[in-house]
Amino acid sequence: MVTIETLKKRKSRRFSSDRIKVFLFLIPAAVLLLVFLVIPIFQCLYYSLFNWNGMGPAEDFIGILNYKKIINDSVFIKAVLNTFAIVGLSLFVQLPLALFLAIMIGRGIKGRAFYRTVFFLPYVLSETITAVMWRILYNPDPKRGFINAVFQAFGWKMQDWLGNMNLVLFSIFIVLTWKYIGFHMLLYITGLQNIPRDVEEAALIDGVNKRQMLTYITLPLLSGTIRTSAYLSVLGSLQVYAIVWIMTKGGPVNASEVLSTYMYRFSFVRFQLGYGAAVAIVMLIISLIFSITYMSLTRRTEHVA
Amino acid sequence: MKKIWILTLVAILMVSMLLMGTSCKGAEEEPAAPAEEPAAEEPAAEEPAPEEKEPVTITWWHIQTEESQKAYWQDLADRFMDANPHVTIEITVMENENFKAKMTTVMQTGEVPDLFQSWGGGTMNAQVEAGLLKDITAELAEDGFADTISPGALGVYSYNGKNYGVPRDMGMVGIFYNTELFEQAGVEAPIATWSDLLEAVDKFNAAGITPIAEAAGDKWPAAFSWEYLVTRIGGQAAFDAAANTRTGSFTDEPFVQAGYKLLELVDAKAYQDGFLAATWGDAATIMGNGEAAMNCMGQWGPGSYRENSADGKGIDDKLGWFPFPMVEGGAGNPNDALGGGNGFVVGKDAPDEAVDFLKFMLTVEEQDKQTELGMGVPVVKGATVEDPILLQIIEGRDKAEYLQLYYDQYLPPAMGSVVNDIVQGIMAKAMTPEEACQMLEDSAVENLD
Repeated sequence: MVTIETLKKRKSRRFSSDRIKVFLFLIPAAVLLLVFLVIPIFQCLYYSLFNWNGMGPAEDFIGILNYKKIINDSVFIKAVLNTFAIVGLSLFVQLPLALFLAIMIGRGIKGRAFYRTVFFLPYVLSETITAVMWRILYNPDPKRGFINAVFQAFGWKMQDWLGNMNLVLFSIFIVLTWKYIGFHMLLYITGLQNIPRDVEEAALIDGVNKRQMLTYITLPLLSGTIRTSAYLSVLGSLQVYAIVWIMTKGGPVNASEVLSTYMYRFSFVRFQLGYGAAVAIVMLIISLIFSITYMSLTRRTEHVA
Repeated sequence: MKKIWILTLVAILMVSMLLMGTSCKGAEEEPAAPAEEPAAEEPAAEEPAPEEKEPVTITWWHIQTEESQKAYWQDLADRFMDANPHVTIEITVMENENFKAKMTTVMQTGEVPDLFQSWGGGTMNAQVEAGLLKDITAELAEDGFADTISPGALGVYSYNGKNYGVPRDMGMVGIFYNTELFEQAGVEAPIATWSDLLEAVDKFNAAGITPIAEAAGDKWPAAFSWEYLVTRIGGQAAFDAAANTRTGSFTDEPFVQAGYKLLELVDAKAYQDGFLAATWGDAATIMGNGEAAMNCMGQWGPGSYRENSADGKGIDDKLGWFPFPMVEGGAGNPNDALGGGNGFVVGKDAPDEAVDFLKFMLTVEEQDKQTELGMGVPVVKGATVEDPILLQIIEGRDKAEYLQLYYDQYLPPAMGSVVNDIVQGIMAKAMTPEEACQMLEDSAVENLD
């Protein structure tokens, strides 16, 4: 006779065998994650407590001195500010521009596929190629640098795009925008396509004008996409490295230093690997703080919506 | 319709960047720059050994991956082994970066090869202090061998008066100049003094010619000028006191003064527009295209001018060279030089035959073969050189009683990079020479004391 007890047992047996299966399937990914992500982070944390040049074992334990030095280094502060500037510009200039393009391309415009392809093209290029290409464009000599050649042709004042310490970060931001705007535009286009036509039609029947359509219909319905794109944009900006390093190496004189180039400089140019590890940990903390704050903030707004 | 116009405009803008960027080929290709460490080549050779010897093996690491050079080293080793049947030479060829990575491991285990590539300076000194290298001073002195080699070059491979290796290539930094532009601006070469240099800068500017091609974006080329100025103003004594004996400091007058002298050039508009962001490739391009009159660079300059010029030919037919000008009233000798090159050092357990092999490598005959293969500037006295500029460089190098290795190679890596950073900082006026020297001294306290 099948009692309730045996049923329960069977169920729990099946339940536990399911668990084992789940567990087995998770092992490969967990091992990879552990070996390539978790362990290195803890190693990094360990080495950040040493004065270590990468040669021989790390023996000179200095506690949190590296972190103290980081916080007191004006170049580090500069790198943080520059990184935040790029984050800010990306959020408040690059993304609205991408949204603008996406809405313009929107639906049904003639040659839509063409524009979409053209705007997306730079995203396909590798960062290295992008950086080398823009170095050529920014060449201050109008005989070689296209941009200054154009400025010259129009009689505008030619600029030393990468050599001027006040201009260099802006010059780099232009490159970042050129490269990534297409990606965000594509995200928005996809988001726009998911907005049901009938909602817009209903609004039109109610007599909204274009501006009202944008603020009351399109943007709210696009908010999920905007959140994703903002998240990707901020994390990408926090980690921007290749383009900056290739174009300016963080210079002139740290004028375009960002967190990742600062870390690279100390780890692999000066071979102060302990200090570099500490910088990496600080970067990790900044990214984590942002991620957690952002997630909790956006979750709350979802409830409101 | 307005939409289409805006979109098209943006599209054209973005694509034109792409097209222009990719079509300006050659304008900015990276030069085959000798990075902070010039690519190295290697020596090898020894004299025939007496008969009936215990068999010995010499392990030899070099970094000449270029076919003809690699084959030459193999041939040299084969000939040495033929003459000395009891010797076996095991060659390991490595690419430059791999070699350096491998050396860091080897340093930890202490299992160093018997002969290996070295640029001398801070890295070699660290190896000596770790007890990894063999003192070969006595062996080199035998039969007057040491006297056949340029003393300044040999000195780069010595530490505290003892020799641990030999150079096989050693050049110096100097001023390459465009004879045609000098004529055009009415400037006479060579420029012997600092005030003459400033005067020449004015003349070039008046004639609408860029006086000096500089690459402060890559930092190390610009650092050459500052290091030379220190050498001219303070001489060997100043650098010794700051870097070696630590009885002085990097904030001493010659280091600060050198910064101010450099600023005189900046203020005189001696450099091309945008020099602060320029790479060595950018500077070599305008030199190679005949658009700048002078460039302060090492022996590899002419090759890079050629590679980076628009026509691929460079300015070989109108290229001249003179030593870095003397600063009036400086304590240095005008013959002192800043330079560097390649050589081999001897591992701590190396057999005596290893030194014999080095001597075999450094005969006039073998050095001539090396020069022919483009392996560097020969260091053996009496070696045959035909290129007039190379001859001048050799003459300048051999006249130098004090040949200072580039600071970024001589000093520990952490400090070398600070040297390069502060020079850019001075030139950009982001820091005063005093502040810059203080930064370097701070780094010295951490790394040298």
